Amino acid sequence: MKADLNEQALLKGLANNDSKAVEALYKSHFNMIQHFVLNNNGSFDDARDVFQEAMITLYEKVQSSSFVLTCQIKTYLFSICKHLWLKRLQQMGKYSSPLSVQEESISVEEDLVAFEKKDAAFAIMDRALNSLGEPCKSLLEGYYINKKGMQELAQDFGYTNADNAKNQKYKCLMRLKKLFFTQYNIGD
Amino acid sequence: MEDIKLLETIEKYLTGEMSAQERELFETIRKNTPEIDQMVVEHNMFLQHMDIYANRRRFTKLTEKTFQHLFAAGEWTLDHTVPSKAKMIQLWNKYKKVAAIAASVGGFIALTTSAIIMYFSPSLNGNQLLQLSKAIEVIKKNQQVQGHLLNEVKSKVPENAKLISGGSGFLIDPKGFIITNAHVLKGNGAIVINNIGQELHASIIYADKDLDLALLKIVDEDFSAPAAIPFSIRKKMTDLGEEIFTLGYPRNDNDIVYGKGYLSAQTGYDGDSSTYQIQISANPGYSGAPLFNDKGEVIGIMSARQKLAEGVAFAIKSNKIIDLIASIKENDDKAEIKLKISKGGLSNTTNRKDQINIFKPYIFSVRSYN
Repeated sequence: MKADLNEQALLKGLANNDSKAVEALYKSHFNMIQHFVLNNNGSFDDARDVFQEAMITLYEKVQSSSFVLTCQIKTYLFSICKHLWLKRLQQMGKYSSPLSVQEESISVEEDLVAFEKKDAAFAIMDRALNSLGEPCKSLLEGYYINKKGMQELAQDFGYTNADNAKNQKYKCLMRLKKLFFTQYNIGD
Repeated sequence: MEDIKLLETIEKYLTGEMSAQERELFETIRKNTPEIDQMVVEHNMFLQHMDIYANRRRFTKLTEKTFQHLFAAGEWTLDHTVPSKAKMIQLWNKYKKVAAIAASVGGFIALTTSAIIMYFSPSLNGNQLLQLSKAIEVIKKNQQVQGHLLNEVKSKVPENAKLISGGSGFLIDPKGFIITNAHVLKGNGAIVINNIGQELHASIIYADKDLDLALLKIVDEDFSAPAAIPFSIRKKMTDLGEEIFTLGYPRNDNDIVYGKGYLSAQTGYDGDSSTYQIQISANPGYSGAPLFNDKGEVIGIMSARQKLAEGVAFAIKSNKIIDLIASIKENDDKAEIKLKISKGGLSNTTNRKDQINIFKPYIFSVRSYN
């Protein structure tokens, strides 16, 4: 089944961080996941977490240029959530009876493997960034995550000019890279 | 220094900030120097990871905000076909309605806040920090014993509801928007009490546990909206050593209390860049109270104190309020919150006693119930 026009627009919005698209997806699909998780030994909070992870998986999938969704968004999100929840239940040693499922689902193993790989790199970056200390951490976050300009950052942090701030940024970046790659290469 | 220049050049090259000429030159160097070629490949890989990291962080935040926003708007009711686990949510919805109706049920409840129980914050590094909210013990008194006195005290807390936490908060918009700490709101409903003891219903609009900030709105026909807020929110950082003061409700008798100190570090506990460290005697109940500088600008929100070091407290920086309101507006076009932001520089020479008198009515005691 090919995604219809409306769904295409939603996915495009999602790729562009459009809050309206995110809201629409939560509105139309969270209830289904809530129902599923609550019916299978989980809580409302579990449903929220699992659904958020599924949203991130979908978000990262639509970022890639080769992206095609071969089923409805609903089916995709449900399939991801089903797998994630099953895994979590097994980790907790709770899983005994077969899951009670009413929705159709598709095979999403490949996407989940990609997600986990990114998840590992994300965790390494997060650890590296957090072990940098201040002001390095905030300076790099300001530049690479919040996409602030050097001028603005210089002002925020109280550097006398943008050049000094830039210099400091590169010093911090060198430390971050070292921390990141040390971990990353071990991880691989 | 050399390394830094090289890294800068590589980054410029990879992010396409070079002119065609520079680019051509760099590519020749790259071709002829394997070490540099290797560095380019490595940095490209690093930037890709950074990109994924940044995107995911931004997106995760967006989903969290969307969820909280929809949740607060009552988008989801609990699935009743399943034995209820998330009882909190049902209660929350129930009391949200109660609060909105603004009808007070006759109060047979007498409140005593005799026991201030300090507890450790779970989200803030274990037992090193104490949040400054107060836990409130409710004792349902026998009506006969209390006699006629009880009929006069008509509490706006719904009958049978239990007060579980409290702190302070302050108005940021005349329409009734109040900022407080998220940890002050441990219950599902809230009331606020002004400096002359008037209770008002408030609904919890938004709570961000990570930032430890929350937004309330007074929804009560007894509320007379002021024309303007006398203080503004400071956007810029505040300098070390600057004198600061706070007004909050740390005591049980709900009297407003003044405290003064100075800014002792520009980062908070364990280098946290979203908070300041301040030197002030902070008692439970100050949580959510505004922190002012000499000019009467809000520079932060009181939030926690260090357990072992007397007088050391932490305050969330005021620019986090600005960020919070901006993100609420981004998610909700209908949110009509107007912040009074100051960029510093203006001097307000009113003396402290006058300042306090002017500010008092805009600072509230916040109580949360289940």
